[in-house]
Amino acid sequence: MITKRIIPCLDVRNGRVVKGKNFEGIRDVSDPVEMAEFYNREGADELVFYDITASVEERKLFTDILRQVASRIFIPLTVGGGINTLEDFDRVLKCGADKVSVNSGAIKDPELIGKAARKYGDQCVVLSMDIKRVDGSFKLFAKGGRENTGIDALQWAVDGVDRGAGELVVNSIDTDGVKGGFDLEMLDEMAARVNVPIIASGGAGKMEDFSELFKHRGIDAGLAASIFHYKEIRIKDLKEYLREEGIEVRWK
Amino acid sequence: MIAIIDYGVGNLFSLTASLKYLGAETKVTGDPAEIESADRVILPGVGAFEDAAGKLQSAGLADVVKSQGKAGKPLLGICLGMQLLFEESFEYGRHEGLGLIKGTIASIEEDLAAAGVEGLKVPHIGWNSLAFSEGEPLFKYLKQGEYVYYVHSFYGKDCEESTIASSQYGIKITGAVRNGNVYGTQFHPEKSGETGLNILRAFMEL
Repeated sequence: MITKRIIPCLDVRNGRVVKGKNFEGIRDVSDPVEMAEFYNREGADELVFYDITASVEERKLFTDILRQVASRIFIPLTVGGGINTLEDFDRVLKCGADKVSVNSGAIKDPELIGKAARKYGDQCVVLSMDIKRVDGSFKLFAKGGRENTGIDALQWAVDGVDRGAGELVVNSIDTDGVKGGFDLEMLDEMAARVNVPIIASGGAGKMEDFSELFKHRGIDAGLAASIFHYKEIRIKDLKEYLREEGIEVRWK
Repeated sequence: MIAIIDYGVGNLFSLTASLKYLGAETKVTGDPAEIESADRVILPGVGAFEDAAGKLQSAGLADVVKSQGKAGKPLLGICLGMQLLFEESFEYGRHEGLGLIKGTIASIEEDLAAAGVEGLKVPHIGWNSLAFSEGEPLFKYLKQGEYVYYVHSFYGKDCEESTIASSQYGIKITGAVRNGNVYGTQFHPEKSGETGLNILRAFMEL
């Protein structure tokens, strides 16, 4: 059967992985290519790269890195950050991305999802969302989680799938960084409404959080950054643990 | 030299990169003469069957692929490229394929429903374990149950005589097919990590 996926997320700025400090086991702790190779060896099922640069020159640096990674690592690569137009899709797909994640770009122009899905296929378009509880309902936030759009996040997800998003990255602002576990309440609400793969993000602190996550119906993948970067959890250990818990994961 | 057929469908970066990584000489080409002079041919593809079959036809490459397959040259169709090798597809209507593999392409969603399977998402996306026929040269570097990466909503069926590997997703999903020198994989070897590289390596040695 299909496995649950473990996905490390690398934020890249100025050619370096942010939060890449204190990372042992590879020579250059914040080199994105080395880090990607390390995660590949550890058994990561996919990699997500977020381009958090601002300038055009840095964007070029990012795509150079992407090309290097995609020439050496042969697992699915998702790229996000600064994706606002079809040209942005084109730019990263040409450099080896398999899927492209849209977040603010889709809020600014919801038609972008459909246009990209028609051109590159649904499987290529990942809708990423930052979600927070406001007065008892789930709201969609923009600008890296700083601005409440006022949009109902669950409806946004349903509309996004209707427009052609092939996967969802669901990031809970409420649980992000707290390390108390994923936002299962919100994820359950999401899983009840859509029938595309859901990648859960925000809140993982220990291995049990992943096994708890995957016991919830409709969740396909868990994404995390710093707990992997700081080696608080090793992916190979996590997979061994999940297997013992009876959850099917990819195994060498 | 391995000719990777370019007919304007899909992203060829990873496929080219993975073959280069393995030391193969590759050429992304839509030129029939180059395809004919290659040692091996790969037919990639992502997207909709009708659109891809039409593009292959209008690029004048459908007959080239067929003749290369019939001439005994190792040919590998990947994902939609595998589906194109079949006789016909029922992806949004009925469409004719190249007919190098006996069988049809059908909807996973409809067949899951017909089998009474609930709760599985379509497309079938992700890593699934592969069971293959022992002795198949394409899998000579693999152990049973290794994982490969799938992304698809339609799948090959009624192709028992050609099926050399499969995965379970509520129903049996055809993973790979073979008719003599003509091979196809529904999964993406170029995205299936070490396992996928080992399949491509075996293809290079056919």
